[in-house]
Amino acid sequence: MARLNVNPTRMELSQLKKKLASARRGHKLLKDKRDELMRQFMILIKENRQLRTEVEAAISEANRYMAVAGSVMQREALETALMLPKQEVELEVGEKNVMSVYIPEFTAKYRTDDSNDIYSYGMAFTSIDLDGAVSALSAVFPKMIRLAEVEKACQLMADEIEKTRRRVNALEHIMIPDYEETIKYITMKLSENERSTTTSLMKVKDMVLKQSHNYS
Amino acid sequence: MYKTAVIGDSASVSGFAALGLSVFRENEAEKITKLINRLAASDFAVIYITEPAAALVGDTINKYRSSRLPSIVLIPAIEGNTGDGMRALHEAVEKAVGSDILKQN
Repeated sequence: MARLNVNPTRMELSQLKKKLASARRGHKLLKDKRDELMRQFMILIKENRQLRTEVEAAISEANRYMAVAGSVMQREALETALMLPKQEVELEVGEKNVMSVYIPEFTAKYRTDDSNDIYSYGMAFTSIDLDGAVSALSAVFPKMIRLAEVEKACQLMADEIEKTRRRVNALEHIMIPDYEETIKYITMKLSENERSTTTSLMKVKDMVLKQSHNYS
Repeated sequence: MYKTAVIGDSASVSGFAALGLSVFRENEAEKITKLINRLAASDFAVIYITEPAAALVGDTINKYRSSRLPSIVLIPAIEGNTGDGMRALHEAVEKAVGSDILKQN
């Protein structure tokens, strides 16, 4: 590990010791954050997979109905039937804080409460398969909203986990060992200086004694 | 109040119009890119996009991946499921965990 480029003084030593203490503390906190994020992420990702499988199956089913409706009815008639929807969906967006990751929460608000308002056309001139497609989509829509929420949460949390993991690793494998090594270097240097001062003092004392009293 | 959009080819997305979602029938990469940027700048919180349409504008979708809104969700088109949506999920797992731990099960 690389030693930091500092002067081996007591001032630097005490500063480095403080830095090391806060690096250790930060490392512990970030590690806890990473572990908790990971736990939450695992829960979400399982839900995400489950939801996606369900939503994909339901949309595929609706698409099958739609394909049949498209072949039974004329293209223009189909488009006209769906042109002016009676129902309207609006989303209310909330926010949830999971370990300082802000994830959105969606709540769907429908313009009318009547569940039959999804059929924006008269039944006389449309195929029954179109009804099937629309009702299948309408049934899966709450799950689609939840999927949008969970998928976003997973993406944001994946980013945050990656970032946190990098920080933890940088602290654990670079910053903390560097500090430790530099502290060791300064301590050694200082005690070496101390020893050398002691020896030179002893030497001087010897010389002085020899000069004044002829001791050997 | 936020809105919900659906982007894709006409046959795949028409059904969503009945639910009251804003439907955009586009299948050219450039137009979809512009559309997504425009929707993200206005009050659209969720954008559903069909897998073939999403495949054309991968970069744009990745751009909004790390922002809080909008949430862009891939859905299967009328031609069938390409598995792109599930793949994105596996990528997120790989990014977070380091390896794709969902693969075995």
